[in-house]
Amino acid sequence: MSEPLLEVRNLRVSFRTRTGTVTAVDGISFTVDPGEVVGLVGESGSGKSVSMLTVLRLIDNPNCVIEGEVLFKGNDLLTMSDADLRSIRGREIAMIFQDPMTALTPVYTAGWHISEQIRAHEKVSKKAANDRAIQLLTSVGIPNAESRVNSYPHEFSGGMRQRVVIAMALSCNPSLLIADEPTTALDVTIQAQILELLRDLQSEFGASIVLITHDMGVVSQMANRVMVMYGGRLVEAGSRLDVMREPAHPYTWGLMGSIPPTDGTRAVRLAAIPGAPISPSDSDRDRCLFAPRCTFATDSCRPQPGLIEHRPGHSDACIIPFSERAQRRTEALAPMRART
Amino acid sequence: MTASSPAEPNAPILLEARDVVKHFPIRTAQGRQQVRAVDGVSLKVRTGETLGLVGESGCGKSTFGRCLVKLIDPTSGSVLFDGEDITHMSRRELRSRRTGFQMIFQDPYASLNPRRRAAATVEEPMRTHGMGTDQEIRARAIHLLQTVGFDESYANRYPHEFSGGQRQRLGIARALALSPRLLIADEPVSALDVSIQAQVLNLLADLQEEQKLTYVFIAHDLAVVHHIADRIGVMYLGELVELGGSTEVYNNPRHPYTEALLSAIPVIDTDTEVRERIVLTGDLPNPIDKPSGCAFSPRCRYAQDICRVEKPLLQIQLDGREVACHFPVATGAK
Ligand SMILES: Nc1ncnc2c1ncn2[C@@H]1O[C@H](COP(=O)(O)OP(=O)(O)OP(=O)(O)O)[C@@H](O)[C@H]1O
Ligand SMILES: Nc1ncnc2c1ncn2[C@@H]1O[C@H](COP(=O)(O)OP(=O)(O)OP(=O)(O)O)[C@@H](O)[C@H]1O
Ligand SMILES: [Mg+2]
Ligand SMILES: [Mg+2]
Repeated sequence: MSEPLLEVRNLRVSFRTRTGTVTAVDGISFTVDPGEVVGLVGESGSGKSVSMLTVLRLIDNPNCVIEGEVLFKGNDLLTMSDADLRSIRGREIAMIFQDPMTALTPVYTAGWHISEQIRAHEKVSKKAANDRAIQLLTSVGIPNAESRVNSYPHEFSGGMRQRVVIAMALSCNPSLLIADEPTTALDVTIQAQILELLRDLQSEFGASIVLITHDMGVVSQMANRVMVMYGGRLVEAGSRLDVMREPAHPYTWGLMGSIPPTDGTRAVRLAAIPGAPISPSDSDRDRCLFAPRCTFATDSCRPQPGLIEHRPGHSDACIIPFSERAQRRTEALAPMRART
Repeated sequence: MTASSPAEPNAPILLEARDVVKHFPIRTAQGRQQVRAVDGVSLKVRTGETLGLVGESGCGKSTFGRCLVKLIDPTSGSVLFDGEDITHMSRRELRSRRTGFQMIFQDPYASLNPRRRAAATVEEPMRTHGMGTDQEIRARAIHLLQTVGFDESYANRYPHEFSGGQRQRLGIARALALSPRLLIADEPVSALDVSIQAQVLNLLADLQEEQKLTYVFIAHDLAVVHHIADRIGVMYLGELVELGGSTEVYNNPRHPYTEALLSAIPVIDTDTEVRERIVLTGDLPNPIDKPSGCAFSPRCRYAQDICRVEKPLLQIQLDGREVACHFPVATGAK
């Protein structure tokens, strides 16, 4: 086995606020292999963005406490010097966000953005950088790139802006791309274009991708491996097929049961998860955080169950004996009666 | 037959839109222009059914919904509620009719008064319409809050003390206060996490079953609309391009745009094989400068010369589906 590209060890991120400590990420560990696409799913507030922003040390908040290790090609990003970090960020690891405007400055052209990105990491002439920008814009599917390179962000549609940001991210041929909900703000036909683009670029350039999304469908279309977060913790991780076919954690069952079927059948009711997500300021954390919403919760859900690999490459954090999971899952999905 | 099965095909028509048009005049660098937000939509909604309206951002769903409940006046065309033309009714005349229909919005926060507690939020429309004594109104408000899943302890909370899904349920309780027969829901679950979205969808289904409500459900998520609606109308650039039974439209789209929209849904694949995807090229065109002929023709993979010249009308096909296309996708093709 090759060495992982990224290895996160026991990452913990909390914020000190006026009303107490908010635990955003609560001891997560995972790896990303070269060329792999990892999907990170979970509900709003589950810690998806904070965990990946921490990887790049992009959280600039004096009240933020970070513990753990983030090894990129063996070096800890959390402890390395700012200069070393700068040479990795943007060059070896690039990030794209939900709102492309967070990465674009309204007063500069698309070409300027991409050229600057290139010139920050490589000694090339303005002319050469501009030529590369045109090439990149073409490769992300922007028609008439020679003239569009001089357009300003507001002159592009939302989908086109996201393409410009992807071109920026790819400008230095990164080995890891972190994409935080890159298509959430887009219409579904435009989302399909961007996902196809990411797939093509991934197979062409071979970069690893961590794709953050709340959409199980998007994950299932893109990822080799899936990680499910709840309340700042990983509750399940495994290959796409294992997690989609035989989800192991009750939270994942609920997540799948909440999605209207897309196979053409219709359900009368969805197997919704009762209650509301755990509040990040909830200090009672030495337990399964999903227990208050879980039909199968017992006293044994305290203390916090660890992430256990029940089958090779497929792990979850739940106390239900693994042999009983299939039965429980059927029960959990029972409210989802088919329409007759 | 369960109560949530499709409305009787002969149930009376509750709402009808006749060639509804809404153009917004705007000033641009090119001078005065018209945003053709809704460009001649006609449809009927039967009592007890759920009509879903889907389409991408800017296709005119919200504008059409607002025309239906007279939050805005259509440029031309008419809206009939319970057989009565409400298009030109005065505010006062409407006020007595408004009890018949209510709207629920995408952003529950923006539509709730932040300084009003939950119970008062639900009571307010009843007070405006003088629906009983203070006591009666309070009792009904508590009952409505219970209907949407809140016990009495929630009655004195402010909107900011509710989560997104709870606020949406509060909005629904308020919309139900005047016992409407028709609810127009504009993206009621789009802002919610899936697990919460499922709670609200279940609630809407339960309410329909209990109270025989009629819904117009607007959303951009075709899977959600397929789940909740009996019939689906698909909009593109202010026009209705396809209308038919939910299962039929979802499993056998006949307008090329519907076909592409469906193909773009990221389905949960548990198979290793990859389905054929129809990835549309190009952006959504602009409702200010609509393409000639069929508005979808520049992005359509089946378009021929006639499509760029002659606009296809919404026509009933042999299978009962209504499609606005010169070359509808064959039945059974998928
Ligand atoms: N600066 C901050 N101060 C306090 N709490 C914060 C801060 N930033 C994030 N949090 C909290 O950390 C938790 C995790 O947030 P995060 O943005 O990672 O969630 P997410 O999974 O990305 O959600 P979404 O799907 O909504 O983007 C949330 O509860 C959030 O409120
Ligand atoms: N008051 C207005 N003045 C000018 N143009 C408007 C106005 N309201 C809406 N529009 C335009 O009309 C078109 C239709 O808008 P509408 O909000 O109805 O779309 P929608 O289908 O609801 O989109 P979304 O899915 O984004 O909510 C858009 O191009 C919009 O910009
Ligand atoms: Mg996030
Ligand atoms: Mg809208």
